[in-house]
Amino acid sequence: MIRRLIILTGLLGLWTLAWAASGRMSFILPPPWEVAVAFFDHADLLARHAATTAGEILLGLVIGAAFGAAAALAMTLWRPAAPWLWPLFIASQALPVFAIAPLLVLWLGYGLASKVAMAALIIFFPVASGFHDGLSRTDPGFLDLAATMNAGRWATLRHIRLPAALPGLASGLKIGAAVAPIGAVIGEWVGSSAGLGYLMLHANARLQIPLMFAALAVLAAMALLLHAATGRILRHCLPWVHDTLDGP
Amino acid sequence: MPDVSAPCPPPAAPPEVRLSGVSLRLGREPVFDSLDFAAAPGVFTGILGPSGVGKTTLLRLVAGLTPADAGTVGDADGRPLAGRLAWMAQKDLLLPWLTVAENVRLGARLRGEATADAAERAMALLASVGLAERADDLPETLSGGMRQRAALARTLMEDRPVVLMDEPFSAVDPLARLGLQNLAARMLAGRTVLFVTHDPMEALRLGHRVFVLAGAPARPTPIGLPGGAWPRAADDPAVLAAHAAILRALAPAEAAP
Repeated sequence: MIRRLIILTGLLGLWTLAWAASGRMSFILPPPWEVAVAFFDHADLLARHAATTAGEILLGLVIGAAFGAAAALAMTLWRPAAPWLWPLFIASQALPVFAIAPLLVLWLGYGLASKVAMAALIIFFPVASGFHDGLSRTDPGFLDLAATMNAGRWATLRHIRLPAALPGLASGLKIGAAVAPIGAVIGEWVGSSAGLGYLMLHANARLQIPLMFAALAVLAAMALLLHAATGRILRHCLPWVHDTLDGP
Repeated sequence: MPDVSAPCPPPAAPPEVRLSGVSLRLGREPVFDSLDFAAAPGVFTGILGPSGVGKTTLLRLVAGLTPADAGTVGDADGRPLAGRLAWMAQKDLLLPWLTVAENVRLGARLRGEATADAAERAMALLASVGLAERADDLPETLSGGMRQRAALARTLMEDRPVVLMDEPFSAVDPLARLGLQNLAARMLAGRTVLFVTHDPMEALRLGHRVFVLAGAPARPTPIGLPGGAWPRAADDPAVLAAHAAILRALAPAEAAP
């Protein structure tokens, strides 16, 4: 906690220095206090748009994680599928979301759907890859033990391979939670009528730079909160996992 | 109240474990070639030998985890042993997400069997290995010796006439190992136990019969054992003399600089 305060204070100090050094041009880089004023002046507006973005991120996280986990399971249960699906997943990951964003907006409209799809698309890959890794790297000793206990394929999957893969799924989810805001905000930039990304573009165009920074700060806070909450929930659900979940 | 002194009575007629004409290649190396070997029913048979000679592979063949290229693995009548054996590996293989008691009941859970009196039996077994207090803890909170005792309880929970042990106590400290050997002897007496070890003292303490596995393809050779009460005491002069003799015999293979 103290470390976080020091980091925050340091950043604010650097910010003020940069502002002073760059000729105190508030329309390019406003000082922290102007951003704070903008934040309190527009608290309602920020809250409304933040709620939209948060909804997009959370929905995208749930949908992307569900599809990612399902894809990993499908490739595990039906091995011949893996060599067909992997190139597809990698291609979907290699294509910059920026490139697909206009298409998704064209197909799914200016509303919630295109942003959720964008966030889901970004989250899908780390979850699928982490979970699939976990499912294919079960300790062979556990599988031997299950075989000598006359366990069937499904029982082995349910009681051994799935729980053993949860740490992999968890690290995929943690990465997914960290990148999910990117998808939502890009979607908002390309075409939307609400959300922090929309607000930032709008404020930028009208030279309300302090408001833009305030929106950026809210977005950063949301991303950090999401990351921390995901970590905390996963640690609570997987108390036996240490290496991937301990740490910041 | 369950009977803590004998939570797992020995089976009426444990089978012999017999390998007849078994051949196996791993890669290009022949591990076994027309191997004939039998572990007598109802007693402990120990397999000693240098690393990499095929001790673990022999156990895996018996467990059905590695199929033989040729020959039969089964009981004296050649019938397969699947469903009649329990497996205890060098690693305790406790699932980290299950409590100690749930780990002991793992077999029933995997087979989808009703667990009404299984819970009671598991508790009795945990009590007999001295872990009743730790039943609801996660394995990570246990010491190495405790973990192996939990693994032993899980092995007993399966209540199979044949028990296969692959260097089961090699990862624990020497004092805990002596205790675990006594516990295994007490709890597994009367079953057909086949165990491999690289510790001559463990083979001498626990084996009713002991073989040295050597060569490529590997062949078992029986070694003479001192008399006396079983499990043999580690400080018995006859056991110590036998120990020294085994070390001398194994030295060319094991003590290379």
